[in-house]
Amino acid sequence: MRKFYGVELSSPLMLGTSQYPSPAVLAEAFRRSGASVATVSVRREAGGDTAGQDFWALIENLGVAILPNTAGCHSVKEAVTTAHMARELFDTKWIKLEVIGHSDSLQPDPFNTLEAARILCADGFEVFPYCTEDLVLCERLVEAGCEVLMPWGAPFGTGLGLNNFFGLRALRAQFPDIPLVIDAGLGVPSQAAHAMELGYDAVLLNKAVAKAGDPAARAAASGKAGEAGRLAHSADPREPRDMAAPSTPALGQAIL
Amino acid sequence: MKITVNGVSVETDATTLAQLLVEHGKAEAKIATAVNEAFVPAIARETHSLADGDRVEIVAPRQGG
Repeated sequence: MRKFYGVELSSPLMLGTSQYPSPAVLAEAFRRSGASVATVSVRREAGGDTAGQDFWALIENLGVAILPNTAGCHSVKEAVTTAHMARELFDTKWIKLEVIGHSDSLQPDPFNTLEAARILCADGFEVFPYCTEDLVLCERLVEAGCEVLMPWGAPFGTGLGLNNFFGLRALRAQFPDIPLVIDAGLGVPSQAAHAMELGYDAVLLNKAVAKAGDPAARAAASGKAGEAGRLAHSADPREPRDMAAPSTPALGQAIL
Repeated sequence: MKITVNGVSVETDATTLAQLLVEHGKAEAKIATAVNEAFVPAIARETHSLADGDRVEIVAPRQGG
């Protein structure tokens, strides 16, 4: 099993923490799914606002690894400064590097992502870059020091699944030793299973779970789907073929 | 002195970032800070002087995807 900067994850499911109906539902989603990682952000808090303190009290009791993000950043400077604040706040070197380049698709900016990754890796961060399945970009990110890649399946929040199945498969083949996580665009649990069947190491879900009618059940389904996909991949599944192959032996069949 | 805290213009008597956090009830809170778009680590708050027009950001853990 590939490790994430030396850490072995108990479950291939990573869960975002945003947009749940309530903190209790969020906690229940983690409990029922067995998710191993929680993604979080840093946001303004001043005056008498204690929402962040309350949120942290909830998250630290989940007993999962914390992966802070740089969501909303468009420039290298914003992302690097946010990463520094997150490192201190959450006491972790892990950072999910998001540098957005396109406001409608929330596609990562490959140039700024790479530059920020170089800066952060050199500064001792353990970078999880949100990227596309572009082989050249991913190669550069690995050269920069990234030991994990997080390509999108589809744009955030779309639920479209693995938009470029062949590109994602090629990425898996190109980087056999790098942990790969599908970061965005997953909808139904079968898409998570599909990603894991491809040999991916984890999937990250947020809105697909948080916005479901029953988020905890939805999270549990994704946890099982992720495990099923991982187990299926490790079982070295048989290649598909075009023509039928009977399962029941012809030998011994009665002549009637 | 007039500075900006999280995008809001405020008057303050604080001369250091640490004093400003006390003013805002955040001295003991789980927060991180930046001044004029540059990260200021917790260890430097006592010695980080504030100047008129500074832009201070105080952030805390929040929900994220």
